[in-house]
Amino acid sequence: MTVVAQPEIIETPPVAAKPAVAKVALVGNPNSGKTSLFNQLTGLNQKVGNFPGVTVDKKTGTCQISAHQKVQIIDLPGTYSLYPKSLDERVIIDLLYDPASQHYPDLVIVTADASNLKRNLLLFTQLADLKIPAILALNMVDVAEKEGVKIDIPALHKGLGVPVIPMNARKGIGVAALKILMSQQLEATPVQFYSIPQEVKPVTESIKARFGLANDYLALHYAHQYKSLKFLTAEEAGWIEALVQTHEFKSNAAQADETIARYTYINELLLDVVRVERVEKDEKFSNRLDQVLTHKVFGYLIFLAILFLVFQAIFTWASYPMDLIDQGFASLNGVIQDNFSGPLVNLITEGIIAGLGGVLVFVPQIAILFAFIAILEETGYMARVTFMMDKIMRKFGLNGKSVVPLISGVACAVPAVMSARTIENWKDRMITIFVTPLMSCSARIPVYTVLIALVVPEKYYFGFLNLQGLVLMALYLIGFLAAIFSALLLKTILKARERSYFIMEFPVYKMPRWKNVGITIVEKSKAFVFEAGKVIVAISVILWVLASYGPGNSFEVAEQKAIVEAKQQSLSQVELQNLINSHQLEASYAGVIGRTIEPAIAPLGYNWKIGIALLTSFAAREVFVGTMSTIYSIGEEENVSTIKSKLMMEKDKDGNPYFTPARSFSLMIFYLFAMQCISTLAIVRRETKSWMWPLAQLLYMSGLAYIMAFITFQILS
Amino acid sequence: MQKRVEEHKDRKSVRDLKIGEYGVICCLKDPEMGLKLLEMGCIPGTQVKLNSRAPLGDPITIIVNDYTLSLRLDEAETIMLK
Repeated sequence: MTVVAQPEIIETPPVAAKPAVAKVALVGNPNSGKTSLFNQLTGLNQKVGNFPGVTVDKKTGTCQISAHQKVQIIDLPGTYSLYPKSLDERVIIDLLYDPASQHYPDLVIVTADASNLKRNLLLFTQLADLKIPAILALNMVDVAEKEGVKIDIPALHKGLGVPVIPMNARKGIGVAALKILMSQQLEATPVQFYSIPQEVKPVTESIKARFGLANDYLALHYAHQYKSLKFLTAEEAGWIEALVQTHEFKSNAAQADETIARYTYINELLLDVVRVERVEKDEKFSNRLDQVLTHKVFGYLIFLAILFLVFQAIFTWASYPMDLIDQGFASLNGVIQDNFSGPLVNLITEGIIAGLGGVLVFVPQIAILFAFIAILEETGYMARVTFMMDKIMRKFGLNGKSVVPLISGVACAVPAVMSARTIENWKDRMITIFVTPLMSCSARIPVYTVLIALVVPEKYYFGFLNLQGLVLMALYLIGFLAAIFSALLLKTILKARERSYFIMEFPVYKMPRWKNVGITIVEKSKAFVFEAGKVIVAISVILWVLASYGPGNSFEVAEQKAIVEAKQQSLSQVELQNLINSHQLEASYAGVIGRTIEPAIAPLGYNWKIGIALLTSFAAREVFVGTMSTIYSIGEEENVSTIKSKLMMEKDKDGNPYFTPARSFSLMIFYLFAMQCISTLAIVRRETKSWMWPLAQLLYMSGLAYIMAFITFQILS
Repeated sequence: MQKRVEEHKDRKSVRDLKIGEYGVICCLKDPEMGLKLLEMGCIPGTQVKLNSRAPLGDPITIIVNDYTLSLRLDEAETIMLK
């Protein structure tokens, strides 16, 4: 570094001056400890956004590197090279290939796993050749040392021409040194790791001249990736295409040659830098663990046991905080209703607060599920599950990695859809997201149990097999089969954007990093509350308005009618209020809509009352029970036996019980297939970044629900 | 590098290895898949060992450059051995 003599400056906080380093990109191989480093640098100062037009999130965070200096850290998806193979990795293109872009980093930090330096340096040398100032964060040095890998850091520093910081991102060792370096004005490495071959030079020289680029290697990337570079105009891309064709530039062959040349260079370089004194142990610990965890029999048994634990946790542990949240919102509503009155209060309590409660009540389940998923991922076990399941799932157009979302879907489709992010292949991921809501989630349980109790006798076989339980299990099974076969159907319709492959590093088993688990939980819960929450609250408000107001003076008419009826039947004050509610619901816009759609749902065996329940429970299935209880004037209590007896008393025109097995099963089947969940639609919209997918899902599932319910009703009646 | 090896049909690929058996990579048959494999360190001249198979026989794991890589049999078939 050059020291320039300058007048003494009194230290003042740099206000207007642009800091030397403002944007830092974090790049590295998967499993190189990149996420740990990102979390160490930014803590909870993280933001998930997305680059326009890219379906994958961009994570950014701020890092205080000194008293006066903050930098923005951009976390890029883990990648093995600068030639992206998946949609996920394509984010890199937007960031690194357009020096004019506002996102272009001033500095890149490349994380590298010290125990696997050779492969990790491939990406580093590519970045270094782009001539962006870089720092190599040599991670897991202690682990490598334990394995007998000794790295001569000064020699590595000399060979690479950039600062090398040995660190342990899990424990935070080396982070302080990294921050100090980040605050300095660093130069790009003088070392050239790969020289463009003579025969390609004409291509890169032309590109350099046309786009005013200073860097040969960047120009080479333009030649390789002009189709994916969004900042190029169609005319510019066409110009490169023509150029590449006239010079007979073969992208695949050139990439292969480059990769081999780089590996050769790295091999030479590491010859003097890395000494491996590895005692060839018979088997590493991870390998021995794998013999049990991916065993033909035990492998699947252990996996099932873990799943069982996860579901127990989601159902039992989550129920306590969920009840608390439920009660909290109920008492909040109670307090408001006791002290205030009027339509505005009703809107706030029955619309907004009820809607918010409906959002927040899912948070415990989401937090627990993501805690488990984060732990399974952190330890490296998830890679083994996908490995064991890949062959089975492939037959249905899914992927080993689809297992996690499908199984999570039994609890709640919302976190399940979010967990599909681990699937890199676009087609596999879309199919997984599409079919996951068919798995019977916990919100279907109240609907199932009320209707089963109504028409299935409580009979026992062999003393322990409960008939009602068997029916419930059959419903779950139908849901699973529907998901699997829908996947099979979609497999034939959908065109793959990328070739499906399963080339994946098998991470070494590790203890989970609890800080990472914690940050994952907070981030996912926040994303759910804010993104899906907006839509849920909006729909709750709309539904509230529809059910609370009727055309003209219909509400007063309904009330008068109820009072007259109540006098005839000499009902109590509470029963009168319930009867008024029931009549007003019938007269409300929701009731009018229920009447209007009655002809459409009549073939399934439903009347307008069920129609209203179908409509209101569009926001969430469990609303069905509440709506039915309002319609059948039994107030807000969700007492199953009361609802059951009321439903049993409901008679059709001829005086026979209205809820026949045909009607009840038709309803169960309808709720099994139908996409009655705004939260899921909202999250699918968020995850696919398009309205096309949630709409297709809504149409497909509702269509399937209608047809299946129709068949059920017609066969059974 | 992209030499197609159709003329060496009898040549062994990683798919043909037995568990615990070693081989040395000679070339990659599928240019597109080959790029991904090259980046993962499956460079001609590198030693590979078939480490394990998934319970249903596919995918498999191999050891290359001291780390474990899992891949499907279809992909393993494209890695030809000397």
